[in-house]
Amino acid sequence: MKPPSFKYHAPRSVEEAAGLLAEHGYDAKLLAGGQSLIPTMNFRLAQPAVLIDLNRIPELAYIHPAGDGGVRIGAMSRHVQVEKSDLIAQAAPLIHETMPLIAHPQIRNRGTFGGSIAHADPASELPAALLTLGGRVQARGAKGARWIEADEFFLGLFTTALQPDELLAEVRFPALPARAGFAAREVARRHGDYALVGVMALVGLDAGGACNLARLTYFSVGDGPTPAPQAAAALIGQRPTSEALAAAAELAASADIPEPVADIHATAAFRRHLIKALGKQALQQAFIRAGGAA
Amino acid sequence: MSETMMISLTVNGQRYQRQVEPRLLLSDFLRHELDLTGTHVGCEHGVCGACTILVDGVAVRSCLMFAVQADGCELLTVEGLAPGPEQLHPLQAAFRQAHALQCGFCTPGFLMTLAPWLAQHPNPTDEEIRLALSGNLCRCTGYQHIVEAVKMAAEIC
Repeated sequence: MKPPSFKYHAPRSVEEAAGLLAEHGYDAKLLAGGQSLIPTMNFRLAQPAVLIDLNRIPELAYIHPAGDGGVRIGAMSRHVQVEKSDLIAQAAPLIHETMPLIAHPQIRNRGTFGGSIAHADPASELPAALLTLGGRVQARGAKGARWIEADEFFLGLFTTALQPDELLAEVRFPALPARAGFAAREVARRHGDYALVGVMALVGLDAGGACNLARLTYFSVGDGPTPAPQAAAALIGQRPTSEALAAAAELAASADIPEPVADIHATAAFRRHLIKALGKQALQQAFIRAGGAA
Repeated sequence: MSETMMISLTVNGQRYQRQVEPRLLLSDFLRHELDLTGTHVGCEHGVCGACTILVDGVAVRSCLMFAVQADGCELLTVEGLAPGPEQLHPLQAAFRQAHALQCGFCTPGFLMTLAPWLAQHPNPTDEEIRLALSGNLCRCTGYQHIVEAVKMAAEIC
């Protein structure tokens, strides 16, 4: 099908875009890479009256080091730029490892880092990575800028804390703590398709080799990125033995996410199986990277 | 019809200026405004890869861009891939020789995905080739001959 008519604006600055958003509010949609919005419009599931195209705003496309050893990613950075960035590989290795999992090469050439996070698709990788790494996003609007922590940003199915007059300008990740390890895992029918289940893990070890940090976030199991706090809590203070990791992954499936979504792609029972299997694999790899045997 | 906008862009080395509606997809612009029907339209939601073209040297889905977004850009479609009317691009020659197409509907998308990729990966492994092609669907060949054609093209290039 073909998209419905809309009024098109291509502002040249964030200020100009913010002014247009303030003027049009709920009638307007921001067009970033368009790799989710345009298919939705082609199907006429979305019929925005006004499109504000962010592709002509160079000030939104950058990848910079942050003062604390972390990184700052401008919202209009293309996935492929983040994927190929040496700074990301070194300062945000979980993001580096996640990028090739996102869709297909042609989509990554056009799709944007900020767009993926603002879209908050429950099957997408970057919202889960943002939560796992404890990142935050900068929202900008005509009234100014504000920072939103990851755990306050995702509110539900395709819903975030961004107001209708705000755009997502920057994503920031802190440096990894010392003796930390990470992993990203997913299962999809075809490489680059939406994950049936995916998981991000971040763990840390103390000097004695016991776990002092554990975060586990699943995606494609519910309405948005889905943390597994009980599984994570069970690991704290434990040595990362194979039994401890299996028990934590079991807890993720039985206590944290006992009723994952069921759809034509996978039953709830299959997703529960994947929650366990992928959770254990991700924890294993994360602890090995943190320097502990698992 | 909503208000139109003037765009100017280069396609296969030729300059074009056209008045278009903002809602016109780049794929439809190429096919219906410029009569460049080599760019095929399969799914129109970014899954099949048949409409892949190069925008400023980068492979993208032309069904997931509006023509107005290509204002000022340099495009390459499958019509501009071969170096001349009597000559095939090495990928095209290899596809023909290795029987990497049957109905041919998906072929322009495969070629346009592969052209820039092969330039950056001159000695690809089977697995790298399959990953690079993960965003293109072919319902005839079973992909095996396509992978063989890419390896053949890598040797010619």
